[in-house]
Formats: sequence, structure tokens, C-alpha cells
Amino acid sequence: MHTLTIAELSAGLHARRFSSVELTRSLLARIARLNDVLNAFLTVTEEAALAAARRADETLQAGRGGPLTGIPIAHKDIFCTNGIRTTCGSRILENFIAPYDATVVERLSAAGAVPLGKTNMDEFAMGSSNETSFYGPVHNPWDVKRVPGGSSGGSAAAVAARLVPAATGTDTGGSIRQPAALTGITGLKPTYGRVSRYGMIAFASSLDQAGVLAQSAADAALLLRAMAGFDPRDSTSVDQPVPDYHSGLAAPIKGLRIGLLREFFDSGLDPEAAKRIHAALDVFRAQGATTTEVSLPNLPLSVPTYYVVAPAECSSNLSRFDGVRFGYRCENPRDLLDLYKRSRGEGFGAEVKRRIMTGTYVLSAGYYDAYYLKAQKVRQLISDDFRRAFEQVDVVIGPTSPTPAFEIGAKMDDPITMYLNDIYTIGANLAGIPAISVPCGLVSGLPVGLQIMGPVFSEARLLNVAHRYQQETEWHRMIPRGYE
Amino acid sequence: MNLTSKDVENIAHLARLAITEQELAVYVSSLSKIITFVEQLNAADTREVEPMAHPLSGQTQRLRSDEVTERDHHERYQKNAPQVEAGLYLVPKVIE
Repeated sequence: MHTLTIAELSAGLHARRFSSVELTRSLLARIARLNDVLNAFLTVTEEAALAAARRADETLQAGRGGPLTGIPIAHKDIFCTNGIRTTCGSRILENFIAPYDATVVERLSAAGAVPLGKTNMDEFAMGSSNETSFYGPVHNPWDVKRVPGGSSGGSAAAVAARLVPAATGTDTGGSIRQPAALTGITGLKPTYGRVSRYGMIAFASSLDQAGVLAQSAADAALLLRAMAGFDPRDSTSVDQPVPDYHSGLAAPIKGLRIGLLREFFDSGLDPEAAKRIHAALDVFRAQGATTTEVSLPNLPLSVPTYYVVAPAECSSNLSRFDGVRFGYRCENPRDLLDLYKRSRGEGFGAEVKRRIMTGTYVLSAGYYDAYYLKAQKVRQLISDDFRRAFEQVDVVIGPTSPTPAFEIGAKMDDPITMYLNDIYTIGANLAGIPAISVPCGLVSGLPVGLQIMGPVFSEARLLNVAHRYQQETEWHRMIPRGYE
Repeated sequence: MNLTSKDVENIAHLARLAITEQELAVYVSSLSKIITFVEQLNAADTREVEPMAHPLSGQTQRLRSDEVTERDHHERYQKNAPQVEAGLYLVPKVIE
């Protein structure tokens, strides 16, 4: 049962071939057996899951329910879950019991999905390898010595190992797409404002967006349909109708204009990974799509732009963790200043502190214009580059990540090397546009991803293009050995 | 840009972060590298460019009417507080 997609599971549930309780029990048993090795789940909510599964079965028994009714899922531990521990991968929230549900959690539950628990992640979503989690690294099911990518590494490993058919994630600089690529699954970052961020712990507010990690574009479409839409509780939520992402999946892509980003096929790209991307392009051409080279001249500045904007915003967002109202508090504070400083100094990990300090520096008096304002101007140039590209082409296609999964510990000593993992993914966040990563082959036995980007609110098109690719290829059906 | 220990101590103070001597040395090195790295941005000509104000062009932050929409969740929210008494958050004495 664990290898079935959401669409296949839903067919089985609606036909009463198996119940949601049976499905949920079987996946909970799988998690109990395999999570010790992977460390993908931080919290498993067995009782709540079985209760939700029983309710789903009653709905199905009555002949009602939709495509997600009774489908087990997992939530990245960045989403608040009412009455359930929500750590954001940090010591500072080790004992934090969220007092309400994030909108994403609420909507998926209302659609009948059955949450099994909370997945591991880089601390406050700051990382590209899941090694900054206070609760230990997540291991990639393709090779447990390697990282699953990050920051949604727990969600990615859980789906790749088929512990759960799909999971939620968040993407600030590539945190859904990069781990999806490194674990051989499908990951979608929607347009900025498409999915509500209410109850999603903030990292960098002008970049953060919630999305999904799933086995296929078709499954991602079902989940996005349930998650997306206007939410008055999130001031960045865009009031625009949600299309039926599923109904247009199979539309032909004849005449689709694909742009190949010159800047994406640079010297930093693994030559074997580049071959897999070129092979994928042939699949699109065979279906009548055309490819042309496009250039985004300012794109090479996306990583330095991001590492000003994101830390600046995080230094502001994370000022709420002060040891007073919730979260970790240090022992025996001498005075209020000591309480703030030691609670934060002991509660945050090394990378989070590094980013808070980077942000504090670039926002500080005398440096604001030179760094933050400058970065927001370059960001505008990058966004204009994308806008111009989408006047010539419908989508832009390239790699998701420069290399397959690297070994745990390999890049922890040098933050810049780690930051450059996101070189192909950050652009979409800076420009606010949607992007999807789909598996497109193996390099030395490890999965690599193909990234498809489109203009704002083009999720339906991206899912359509990804689905057409997955109709012609089997890469998304690959399961790591030992997890079949 | 090479930051000094004193620079980093000052940044840590502004950010309200206690850092150890050992951490200080690491941050002097890594923050200097990061600041040098982001200085690549100086290469871009931005003389005619307005800084981005919202990721979606033409969008602004939506405002809501100034009405009370939340109920009182005082007790529930304070369950997560490190120290409370009589509905108040406790901190070390601020005024002697």
C-alpha cells in the first residue's frame, strides 16, 4: 500500500478495498520501523491520526468525501498544529505546544487528510541539508550517509522512503525543491501569496511560501487545490480564485515555448546532471515543445542578494523569541538583558545565530543603504529579468540543484559553499514566481531534479508540464532500495 | 570586509545574543566571509532602480479594518510561557 500515489490510494479508499484506519496503521508501523534510521519525523501523532482516519472512514462509508479523504500526510514542523508540539527544528521551541492550527493544516484536515505527525527540518528553515536541526540530521533514504537536502529534509525523506504519500513544506530559497530533487520526488513552490502563511513560523517574510512534496505532479495538484486560496488572516495572501489544478494536467504541450537559462548551465553544474536535464528536454521536444535559450543577466547575483534580504528579515522575525512569553528560557537570569541574551544564545543553533547577526549587521545604522537597500534594488533587476524572459517563453527549465546529495558533514564548515547549493532555486523566491522540481534521472545512483519555473500564478501550467513529463518517464516512480 | 572581534561583539549585543569566546572566533571568520561575498552586489548598476517593495508587482500589503477579531486566549497562550503569575509574565526585576 505504501508505494501507491494519492490518486491510487483514494481510488482504493473510495472503492472500500481498504480503510483509512488500515492504511494509517500500516504507515504508522512503517514509520515506527524505519524512522530511527532516517530521523525524518520529530513527532508522530498516532492517536490523533487514528481518530482522523476513523472520521474519514465514516465519511467514505456514507459515500461522501473527496480525493484527500482518508489520505495520510505529514506536516513540516514549521506549521503550528493545535495541541501538538511544534519545534521548527529548534531548541528554543523544544516544549512549544502550538495553541492553534496553521491555515494549511486546517484546510488539509478539512479536506479529510490524516496527519501522521511532524517532520524534521533545518532550524527555522535555515539550511540546505537538514543538518542544522537541533534534533539531529535527517538521512537520505537513497544513501543514509548523505543529506536529504533542506530545509524540508524530513518531509522529503519521509515521502521518498514512502513513509507517507505526501507532506507539506516551505520554500524560502529552495527548501521544497532542493530536497525534492535530492530525494527523487516532486516538490512545488507556489507563487508568493498563493498559499496562506497563517500559523507558519516566519523566516523571511518577503520570500516564504508554503507548498508540497509528493510522489508526482498529479498528487501535488490535488494537495495544492486543497491548500491554496485567500485567507484574511495572512496579509500577504492574494485574493484570487483557485483553479482546479487537476483537470488541466493532461492537456497537450504542443507549441509550449521552453526557455533554457544560459546562466543555469554554468561551470558549477555537475556534467552528468546536465546530461539528465538535456535528456529531459528531448522528452518535451518529442511532445511538440520548442526550446530557446534565454538569458537572465542579473541571476548570478541571486545568492548574494538572498543572503542580505533573508538574514535581514530573519533578524527581525526571530526577535520574538525572547524567553518571556513562550519558548526556552535560560537558568537563573541576572537581569532582563541577561535573560534575553542567554535564552537566545542557548536556544538558537549556530547557523540561526549566524543569520540573525548577518541580518543585524546589514540593517544596522550606516550599513542599511549599502547592503539591504542595494540588495532590494538588485532583486528588482532579477525580477525584471524573469518578467522579460516570460515575454518570450512560457516556462523556464533547468536543473534544481548543482549536484546530487552530498555527504553529511561535507559542507558544514563553510557557509558560502552551503549557500551556493541554492544557486538555481533562489531566483524564483526573489521574483515571487512558482517553480516545481521533478526527478529526471540518477547520477551515481542518486536522484537529480529538473526545475520548471513559470510566471506568477502559473501553477496549473507548471503542473501540466511536469505531469506530461511524468507520463513519458518513470523517474518519479523510483524508490530507494530497501524501501520498495 | 573583515570584521573584528569587537564588531562581532557589538552585532551580537544588538541582536541580543550571548555568544561564547569560542563562537566569537568562528563568527568573526564566517561573518567576514559572508559580508565579503555579498559585496559582489556592488558590481550591479542600480542607479535607476527602485528597491523592490513587494514580490508581486503592483501589490501592496492589504490592510484590514480596525476591529477586534480575536477572542481572549490569555490562559491558553500562557501555558507556553516559562513563568507566569496571576496572568502576568514574570521577568527579572527591571526597576530597583
